[in-house]
Amino acid sequence: MRFPLADCNSPIVESMFESITEKLTAAFSRLTSRGKLTEANIQEGLREVRQALLEADVNFKVAKDFIASVTAKAVGKEVIESIRPGQQIVKIVHDELVALMGPTDGYIHWQSSGPTVILMAGLQGSGKTTTCGKLAKYLVKKGKRPLLVAADVQRPAAIQQLQVLGKDLGVPVYAEPSGRPPKICERAIGHAKETDRDVVILDTAGRLHIDAALMQEVKEVADRTKPDEIFLVCDAMTGQDAVNSASAFHAQLPLTGVVLTKLDGDARGGAAMSVKAVTGKPIKFVGLGEKLDEFDEFHPDRMASRILGMGDVITLVEKAQASLEQGKVEKAAEAFMKDQFTFVDFLEMMQQVKKMGKMKDILSMIPGLGSQLKGVDVDDKDIGRIEAIVQSMTITERLHPELFNGSRRKRVAQGSGTSVEAVNQLLRDFQQMRKMMKQMKGMMGGKLGRAKMAQFAKLKGKGGPDSEAFRKFQGGLGGPKR
Amino acid sequence: MAFGLGGALGKLRAGLQKTREKLSQSLKGLFAIGRKLDQDLIDELEEKLIAADMGPATATQIIDEVKAAYKARAFKDPNDVYVFLKDKIRALLGGPDAGGDIRFAATPPTVVLVVGVNGSGKTTSIAKLASILTKEKKKVLLAACDTFRAAAVEQLEIWSQRIGVEIIKAQTGADPAAVAFDAADAAVARKVDVLLVDTAGRLHTKENLMQELGKIQRVIKKKLPDAPHEVLLVLDATTGQNAIAQAKTFREVVDVTGLFLAKLDGTAKGGVVIGIRNEVGLPVKFVGVGETPDDVERFDPDAFAEALFE
Ligand SMILES: Nc1nc2c(ncn2[C@@H]2O[C@H](COP(=O)(O)OP(=O)(O)OP(=O)(O)O)[C@@H](O)[C@H]2O)c(=O)[nH]1
Ligand SMILES: Nc1nc2c(ncn2[C@@H]2O[C@H](COP(=O)(O)OP(=O)(O)O)[C@@H](O)[C@H]2O)c(=O)[nH]1
Ligand SMILES: [Mg+2]
Ligand SMILES: [Mg+2]
Repeated sequence: MRFPLADCNSPIVESMFESITEKLTAAFSRLTSRGKLTEANIQEGLREVRQALLEADVNFKVAKDFIASVTAKAVGKEVIESIRPGQQIVKIVHDELVALMGPTDGYIHWQSSGPTVILMAGLQGSGKTTTCGKLAKYLVKKGKRPLLVAADVQRPAAIQQLQVLGKDLGVPVYAEPSGRPPKICERAIGHAKETDRDVVILDTAGRLHIDAALMQEVKEVADRTKPDEIFLVCDAMTGQDAVNSASAFHAQLPLTGVVLTKLDGDARGGAAMSVKAVTGKPIKFVGLGEKLDEFDEFHPDRMASRILGMGDVITLVEKAQASLEQGKVEKAAEAFMKDQFTFVDFLEMMQQVKKMGKMKDILSMIPGLGSQLKGVDVDDKDIGRIEAIVQSMTITERLHPELFNGSRRKRVAQGSGTSVEAVNQLLRDFQQMRKMMKQMKGMMGGKLGRAKMAQFAKLKGKGGPDSEAFRKFQGGLGGPKR
Repeated sequence: MAFGLGGALGKLRAGLQKTREKLSQSLKGLFAIGRKLDQDLIDELEEKLIAADMGPATATQIIDEVKAAYKARAFKDPNDVYVFLKDKIRALLGGPDAGGDIRFAATPPTVVLVVGVNGSGKTTSIAKLASILTKEKKKVLLAACDTFRAAAVEQLEIWSQRIGVEIIKAQTGADPAAVAFDAADAAVARKVDVLLVDTAGRLHTKENLMQELGKIQRVIKKKLPDAPHEVLLVLDATTGQNAIAQAKTFREVVDVTGLFLAKLDGTAKGGVVIGIRNEVGLPVKFVGVGETPDDVERFDPDAFAEALFE
């Protein structure tokens, strides 16, 4: 018997836990724990960083500049003894990425007199109309009275699309059957004033940044309506070309922010970095699904992890938390830290695992993993069997697993309707886990270590205590690699 | 050949004109007289490939071949490098399965299922296929199986009216597989030549939505065991490396036969199709070069490679 996650084919576990940290740890393995970081000794590691950025679709020029700035920041730094150089570089890289893409900024400039105007612009199919609906919903929740304006007269049924969204939300939609968008938008603002709407959201047609006529048209919309906010809507799956389209929109329109859509997939989302780099405008919101409430403020730290291929661990954990009982998870994490992790905590964790339900959906948020999860089933039966084994242990045994001798193992096997091998396997994995925890604890002192530990415990609860997965995941979080 | 090229190739060329100019300009710049094929040059060359969205892995593979060829003294002047790269790309993207011949059923109707992530260009691409087929005097029927997105049915309906073809549809929220079944039924009853099935955009990571797609295909098969004869994955040319995961996952759920590369009229180069061909094996069949039904080309690997590296 194996634990759920261990049943996954190894490439899955591999890709899930193989991360930039692990690669960097390998790249820096020859660097001793004393001395300074120099341009020469970090070069190989930064090659890995560059590779990660390119795989994430960060524009190659942006990646190049970024590496140069990281090099400048890292060179001369003392190698901190408690951390490996690989982790140290990852931290520098991560921090730099966060700084580049941040800060979190959901601020909207409100017009003091008259309605606030928000213009949505972008390429075809990037998600403008949906984002208009999402933003309207978000603003209604904040007590605003938005008016949606259908200024896409290009795409068939674009007006109806917005009207359907408006109807769902109970938000009025201004539309004219034909005519030029600049005029339509101008009249829409008049209409908003007459009908006492305090926010006007303009949904424009998708256009290519090299389409001079259409770029002129959207510029005209902006000139006539003087928007307080102009958001560029960008698809998270965009590749290298993101810099070209974003800089063209930026040149034509006084952009104030960016909305990054379709982050609910497994794209690494390097476009976020490219777009921020060329426009300098904050990424304000993200789209996390087709439904109108699947919308959030942008979190640069999460995005940084995602781009580096570490997975959007925080969002993952948040999703997991929704189905977990916080207190119990924390207790398990505490036990981790205190080196007192027993089968009692373990059982609790297993029971939390069961609550997770749609684990695959959550796992699929890890970049590169989603596509490989097909056909892998996280088997509830395995969890059930593990539970049965633990439940057949006496309380004393659960608290002191070292008591397990041959006859106890046999008894537990019989009691749980499993086999001695199954019990042995579980005990082995459990010991392995404990050992890991000790090492981890030794390595990660202080607040950071604690936070990570708690985070890990939560994830652990989800994934099942598989020692192999645990080891790799630990590597992914910057743990010691064996 | 199902789709006549006519003078249409010019459109793809025009669409890729910028790409070509930029790339050959910069490549020429790279191979200034007397310059050696050193690490700097290799890096720059690699950047060019990556800028076209080929991805670091595929780019490295191609660069390694350039290096090997260089060591074997295959290059006499800079132009040899273009020829080499062009040949590589062309060889990779070509083959009997590449290019836009729709595989017609032995006995009609031929069923073409169109799939892809959100907003990639599926519905517009269907309009394009319908337009070409209609011009070839084929009787076309559309199936509006995107019953999820707001006004998706209306969008396809407008196209059907503009092109002058019939459509099978249901209310938003209806079971898309049921619509597909009705459409397959109608295609037989109405003696249609080609049934084009539009589906809702879905991210390949959404297990339940992918299963829904699998069901659509199964239901069609129930009515017409050989169908769908063609399953086209519509890819937005601006998409980066995620397209590879898309291709892999969609192919696991439905029998994808090829790619429809939409939005190639922008500045994006669509180089990820090279990675897809390399890793997943799928050929490109058509390219979209605009928003009207006429803006479609049969994919031609020669023209594509030529346009990229000429
Ligand atoms: N420039 C350009 N625009 C295109 C092309 N193909 C589609 N579009 C545009 O891209 C947008 C999305 O196209 P749709 O056909 O609605 O895409 P879809 O995949 O059906 O979208 P969903 O059903 O919402 O997932 C529309 O504005 C189209 O006009 C193309 O080849 N070039
Ligand atoms: N999965 C996902 N789909 C989205 C998101 N935002 C928009 N979409 C979908 O992407 C497609 C194009 O969106 P739409 O708003 O019509 O784009 P527009 O052409 O820019 O107005 C539609 O199928 C939307 O449902 C998102 O955040 N996640
Ligand atoms: Mg729209
Ligand atoms: Mg559609």
